[in-house]
Amino acid sequence: MYVGRERPTGGFELFAWFFMRISGVVLILLVLGHLAIMHVINTVDEIDFEFVAARWRSPFWRTYDLVMLWLALLHGLNGLRMVIDDYVHRKGWRVVTLTALALVGFVLLTMGTQIILTFEAPASRATAGLP
Amino acid sequence: MRVVLKIKRFNPERDREPYWAEYEVDVEPVDRVLDALEYVKWHLDGTLAFRRSCAHGICGSDAMLINGRNRLACKVLVKELGARITVEPLRGFPVIKDLVVDMEGFFAKYRAIKPYLINDEPPPETERRQSPEERARFDDTTKCILCAACTTSCPSFWANGEYIGPAAIVNAHRFIFDSRDRGAAERLAVLNARLGVWRCRTIFNCVEACPRGIDVTRAIAEVKRALLFSSL
Ligand code: HEM
Ligand code: FES
Repeated sequence: MYVGRERPTGGFELFAWFFMRISGVVLILLVLGHLAIMHVINTVDEIDFEFVAARWRSPFWRTYDLVMLWLALLHGLNGLRMVIDDYVHRKGWRVVTLTALALVGFVLLTMGTQIILTFEAPASRATAGLP
Repeated sequence: MRVVLKIKRFNPERDREPYWAEYEVDVEPVDRVLDALEYVKWHLDGTLAFRRSCAHGICGSDAMLINGRNRLACKVLVKELGARITVEPLRGFPVIKDLVVDMEGFFAKYRAIKPYLINDEPPPETERRQSPEERARFDDTTKCILCAACTTSCPSFWANGEYIGPAAIVNAHRFIFDSRDRGAAERLAVLNARLGVWRCRTIFNCVEACPRGIDVTRAIAEVKRALLFSSL
């Protein structure tokens, strides 16, 4: 290929496309791990406040969950943006749907990040007010 | 051999919506669908409208939906299809009449990728030379006849008709990877857009539809890769 003079580089769409591949590959690992720990090895009956608190005493699992939150949410949001690009053509509706998507995404991302970063695990079940 | 030709017809001046018309025709098994259509037009119903020019698979005029797949009417033999043949206009284009669709938008996108040699270096005394290997690099995409079978088989295009579509990308590929050409950057800039090459979801319908056997999805992937690696 002979790219003359100025090279077309970057651009949001290129980045978004690349991000879908990279986040997809990383999500395979993270989501499989998440499913195994939270739904297979431990069942939902065993998972309680203490279980989560214990897990989040380790910075490793906080990082794990934070990375998974950001990748899955941004991946899903961008996927929905592509679906909107497919089916919503009227300008007014595009503005409405894309704005709603951005707002929901921002709120979920902020809330999730805040909880993962600021959650303070109590030293024991008793201090958490649990029997 | 007697076949029933079921054709989706529409005359916007008369009909409110498309309807199916059936014609019984006697054909040889080795006749093509185009022969059957011509029989209908010449002997049964002169109002039937369809395009064809070369009748030999090279002008790209008669792509249509035949038994649910995009084919050239001049390249499909009746015996491959059986006794009932359904024919519809290409999907995703406005219908002008019967099987004739409006391809203005399609060709506008083709023109947008600058489908001609761009090179303002002084021309050499004889010719711009190219090795067989350099020629082979884009051989596959030189085969396009602009019949629109690929673009109108693409779900991304059906959903959003502003998507530039596989045919335009194939023709951009033909010049982007031509060693004599210097316009790759201009073409890649056109394709690096929301409705450009990134709309492709790697669905492969285009590969199945192409009557020339072009590996369309591969060509699109090569263009994506060229964009990606020139920015990494
Ligand atoms: C588990 C591993 C995952 C992998 C390997 C993966 C991979 C991909 C890839 C490669 C695309 C782009 C498809 C294309 O451009 O043609 C995509 C699209 C998409 N993904 Fe994922 N993904 C994964 C998980 C998820 C999750 C957890 C969600 C939801 C939060 C999600 C939601 C979506 C959506 C909505 C699209 C857009 C679909 C479309 O283009 O119509 N994916 N995925
Ligand atoms: S009539 Fe020319 S391609 Fe079929």
